[in-house]
Amino acid sequence: MSPNVRKLMLGVLVLTASACVTINIYFPAAAAEKAADRIIDEVWQLRDGASAPARQPAEGKKP
Amino acid sequence: MKIAHLVCAVLMSASLSAVAQGNLEIDSPAIGALKQSMQQRHAQLAPLYQSGAVGIAADGSVALRSAASVPLAQRGQVNALISAENADRSALYREIARANGHPEWEGDVRKTFAERWVQRAQPGWWVQQGGGWVQK
Repeated sequence: MSPNVRKLMLGVLVLTASACVTINIYFPAAAAEKAADRIIDEVWQLRDGASAPARQPAEGKKP
Repeated sequence: MKIAHLVCAVLMSASLSAVAQGNLEIDSPAIGALKQSMQQRHAQLAPLYQSGAVGIAADGSVALRSAASVPLAQRGQVNALISAENADRSALYREIARANGHPEWEGDVRKTFAERWVQRAQPGWWVQQGGGWVQK
């Protein structure tokens, strides 16, 4: 491989690496949706079979 | 040159899939505290969602939908609940953006949550859609 080709490859690699960093600046919508669902599950107690009354948790406690 | 192309393609696809499959950081102490506070408040809010007094707003907050369905004596308490919940929600969106090193994502986080709260609302609850209230 000639030194010129090597230089070119290195340049391409550096450019690619910086492109990777750039990509991360965009908002990761799918990951955010997953995160939102996890938090909503916990706050509304939709999964977690252990925490019993998921539907009407306040029914017997407060008017 | 071909090898360079190949390396480039592999790197690009690897980084794209890393983002696509990545998770947002939501385990900071601040986020944990907010989750717990909201979870506790939910016990009081759930009956209000069910009765339609309070609805899931389109902007990621909750709102008083029908003041008439809340007895006058309890309206102050319900308003306080709504304010506290919305303060926690705003803080939650801000903290998630911050915990991931992108405070500027706050608006996007809020938008994502707004869609998911509406989507995940239980049957009988009221949600804001297209400017009006709709019962799930």
